[in-house]
Amino acid sequence: MKLLKNLTLGVAAIGMALTATAASAFEPSKPIDFVIMAGKGGGADKMARLMQSIVEKNELADKPLVPTNKSGGSGAEALTYMSGVGDPDHSIMVTLNSFYTTPLRQPGLKVDNMAFAPVARMAEDTFVLWVHKDEGITDFEGFLKEVKSRGNKWVMGGTGKNSEDNIITDHLNEAYGLDIKYIPYKGGGAVAKDLAGKQIQSSVNNPSEALGFYESGDVIPIVAFTNERLPMFPDTPTLNEVSDEEDFAYFMQRSVVGAPGMSDEAQAYYTDLFTKVFESDEWQKYKNDKSLMGEFMSGDDLSEYWGVQIENHEKILKASGAIK
Amino acid sequence: MRRAEFVTAIILGLLSVYLMWKAGEGPEWDTEYVHWANTGINIDGSGPGKGFFPFYLALGMLISCIWIVVNAIRRQSPPSQSDEPFMDGYAKKMLLMVGGGLIGFLILIDLISMYAAIAVFMLYYMLILGRHPAMLSVVTSLVVPFWLYLFFDIVMTKVQPKGLRWIEDTIYTPAGNFFRDQSFIGIVMFFVVSGAILTFVARSARRQGGA
Amino acid sequence: MDIIPALMDGLWIAVQPHNLALAVIGVVVGLFVGALPGLGSVNGVAILLPFTFVINEATSDPAAPMIFLAAIYYGAMYGGAISSITLGIPGASTAVATTFDGRPMALKGQADRALVTAAIASFIGGTVATLFFTGFAPLLSSVALDFGNPEIFALMLLAFATFIGLGGDDIPKTMFSIFFGLLLATVGFDTISGEPRLIFLNEREQAAVLGMVGADPEAVPFFDSVAWFSRGIQFLVLAIGVYGIGEMLWTINASRYKVTMTETTISAKRIWAGIVGMKDAWKGTTIGSLLGFFVGILPAAGATPGSLMSYGVAKMTSRNPRSYGEGNPDGVAAPEAANNSASTGAMLPMMTLGIPGSPTTAVLLAGMVIWGLEPGPRLFEDRPEFVWPLIGSFYVSNLVAVLVNLAFIPLFLAVLRMPFTILAPVIFVLSIVGTYAAYDNMNDVWLMVLFGFGAYFLRVLDYPLAPAVLAVVLGTTAEEKMRQSLLLSDGDFAIFWNPFFDRDGKGQDWWIAPITTWIAVILIALPIVLWAVRKMRGGSSVEA
Repeated sequence: MKLLKNLTLGVAAIGMALTATAASAFEPSKPIDFVIMAGKGGGADKMARLMQSIVEKNELADKPLVPTNKSGGSGAEALTYMSGVGDPDHSIMVTLNSFYTTPLRQPGLKVDNMAFAPVARMAEDTFVLWVHKDEGITDFEGFLKEVKSRGNKWVMGGTGKNSEDNIITDHLNEAYGLDIKYIPYKGGGAVAKDLAGKQIQSSVNNPSEALGFYESGDVIPIVAFTNERLPMFPDTPTLNEVSDEEDFAYFMQRSVVGAPGMSDEAQAYYTDLFTKVFESDEWQKYKNDKSLMGEFMSGDDLSEYWGVQIENHEKILKASGAIK
Repeated sequence: MRRAEFVTAIILGLLSVYLMWKAGEGPEWDTEYVHWANTGINIDGSGPGKGFFPFYLALGMLISCIWIVVNAIRRQSPPSQSDEPFMDGYAKKMLLMVGGGLIGFLILIDLISMYAAIAVFMLYYMLILGRHPAMLSVVTSLVVPFWLYLFFDIVMTKVQPKGLRWIEDTIYTPAGNFFRDQSFIGIVMFFVVSGAILTFVARSARRQGGA
Repeated sequence: MDIIPALMDGLWIAVQPHNLALAVIGVVVGLFVGALPGLGSVNGVAILLPFTFVINEATSDPAAPMIFLAAIYYGAMYGGAISSITLGIPGASTAVATTFDGRPMALKGQADRALVTAAIASFIGGTVATLFFTGFAPLLSSVALDFGNPEIFALMLLAFATFIGLGGDDIPKTMFSIFFGLLLATVGFDTISGEPRLIFLNEREQAAVLGMVGADPEAVPFFDSVAWFSRGIQFLVLAIGVYGIGEMLWTINASRYKVTMTETTISAKRIWAGIVGMKDAWKGTTIGSLLGFFVGILPAAGATPGSLMSYGVAKMTSRNPRSYGEGNPDGVAAPEAANNSASTGAMLPMMTLGIPGSPTTAVLLAGMVIWGLEPGPRLFEDRPEFVWPLIGSFYVSNLVAVLVNLAFIPLFLAVLRMPFTILAPVIFVLSIVGTYAAYDNMNDVWLMVLFGFGAYFLRVLDYPLAPAVLAVVLGTTAEEKMRQSLLLSDGDFAIFWNPFFDRDGKGQDWWIAPITTWIAVILIALPIVLWAVRKMRGGSSVEA
């Protein structure tokens, strides 16, 4: 009997010790649900799988990240799923700008962006205006002239309706009195291919999407929608340089967020995890190769950044009539 | 069978009408939208609206249903000529037992986790519907979900639902930690050993059944 | 041309022990992943992607990780046929057409022959495609660029045209099935307008229904229809529902008290007889190999339309089209040769253009980027030490896959010898686990089972359901491409049929789309005209 009692006490002591350590530092106890707010094969998906493989390769986490794509309704499916998830400490999500636009456009979802845990902003993707080399256009002025001469026969391809690409196209039409026709596609890869095949006349792809055709000389960059010239395209001016505009710049966030209701300890754990991913050689190389910008950001800084972005997007969407 | 042919075609026809109406609907958040505005073939020079295809496809369904009813009246389709009942006693019982079992299975998934629900369903099906020996039924309904667990959750990390939180915490979390620490060969051994047990039980069951 | 020496070097590297071992492991893994319903090549490749870093470091061979993943891709294409034939459930959309004749063959006790035919046809399709790939990769990639939105739509139209007459003899029921499938394809988020469509029982309707029965809308929990339907009706939800649940219920009812489904035996002799029997399926194999490859290299098309069109064309050109659907080996060979051929074809735009033609190639593309390769027009010139061993491994993997597949046939046939009251629950379980694995969503599982019950009732009343399943596969792409084209043409349909239609204000001619469209229109119109002529002459009536 005594033996049994000692044993029980011992087990209880170990159990308490374990709980104590668990309370002070969060460690995942099971596979981590890694939701991707976009379909398989898109830019966000590729990036998420890169993050996952960096974690696995360098053994940064004890438990595996399990990626699941929830692409429905421009991210509406992912946002509602994350809001109602049963175990917020084991659920994280890779987001892009639909994180702001989808709740704005679909108030019926009743999603509050600010309730998500700001884990890490991994990068900001950039946008560049591309045309096919056979158009004979080399600068923005030439672009404007050619587009105007073509009337409404100039076609811009982009990913999705009322998306990032659409917002930039609307801006060009409005600010320069153009009549560019916008055709929504499912993914950036298809847009890049149709531009190379001269099925469309221009695109505002991310550099990562158009890089292959740029290197083969099929497409050429006209302007970048950034504040400073991109290191990869030093001869391509920014839109602000070649126009009277003050500061038109548009970026796509690539962030990791935690489910609403995530504990502070868990949030700290994931921020730490993704800091390591961010600092890894693989991530830094990818960021340079694909012309991604943006510093690492987390916690309150990231929340603040979201606040500004949501406000901006609300203005943009209202201006284009997508929301009232 | 003849009556079922009519009833089904009419139900599907009503469904088509509902879908036609539904196709003309605007987005829920747009309060100024006028019904049917989406169904034009060329709206402002930008081609068909988003409701165009759903509307005319549903119309096509409706026309097909009317045609089916006409054929049935003229007794031209095999079901409309048949005097057999749509579902005889066996079919009704089968549907109740198997279909009911499936619904029960789905409900159990959210409560007691996918793999436990599989075990319950397999046991129910083999023991009650299949009348297999108890030993064989029990072993099969344990080994099959165990294999699926190893394959989906452990090897492929394609995680299945785990049911209520306390079931997950008390069973799956420690089990997952245990199996994920095994080497690949170890996992294969688990497959093989459980398979051998199943084969042994199945053999002895067949021997008894044959004797 | 220095293709031959480069290929020889590549083959030599591909048969190095470590690469050969990777090909064998990859094929075996792929075979099982492909054979399980719900898991397809995309899951296999995506899940094992992180594992390739280990390979990368262990072998220091730049091609080794890709050889492994390509072997999984091939293995899965072979494996898809297995569940189609033995269980009657297409494990992936690429294997739908294989069920049409593979399943009847299995039920006639020729499962072994069907499996052998599928394996050999796959091998021939894959090898033919690899030969094309080796010889003409750069040339063919420019063909892919010529296919814009109107061209892809015309191709989809052609795919539909080859399927006229696939359904039963009951014309209105076949029509219903096609319309219903196409309609299901429109459910969910619309790419062009950016708005959701056909979200069933939205908030307003729920309130109305509750009001009708006199319940308090506030008291009843809100049914989140947006989450259910916003991403649309997934292909596998309908396909597994129809084949895994509906068809199973029908079989249970039809077989009544019989214990086993079919009697099958297997021996080396029967496998050999199956290989010899391939001479009856050479036509389907040829059609599938060629058509599959061509459709496969077109981005956005992929292996599924390739295999469906090959089946349709094989049936159309057959002297005995009535034998299709009854267990004709040509009907197994055509789609199987095509889906392997197409999956090799889909690698072409991925490697030469950096454009993934299917979700699986998208994951492969992501992998290549992670290993520091830049797929695109310059890959062949810049990284020959990667490209040629990979092409060499295509030949090797195909050979490995067919041998492994033939070796495993007895194991797969053992499935068919299980008592039906064990096999049936296993099929139900696989359907449910597979649907969940494919979409990570219980809603889709419920929907799948509901479709299954519906399919059972419709099956009893002789509604053909295969056309609906096909329509869901092709419908989404067809509608999207059509509306993108019409955006381009300001809503003018002439863009599809008139080669002189001015698309971009430059006055060019465009011939591909109009020619394809006209062929499709003739194929659709021909049977209708013939039917009408026969009817007018008062000849033997084929209707109803």
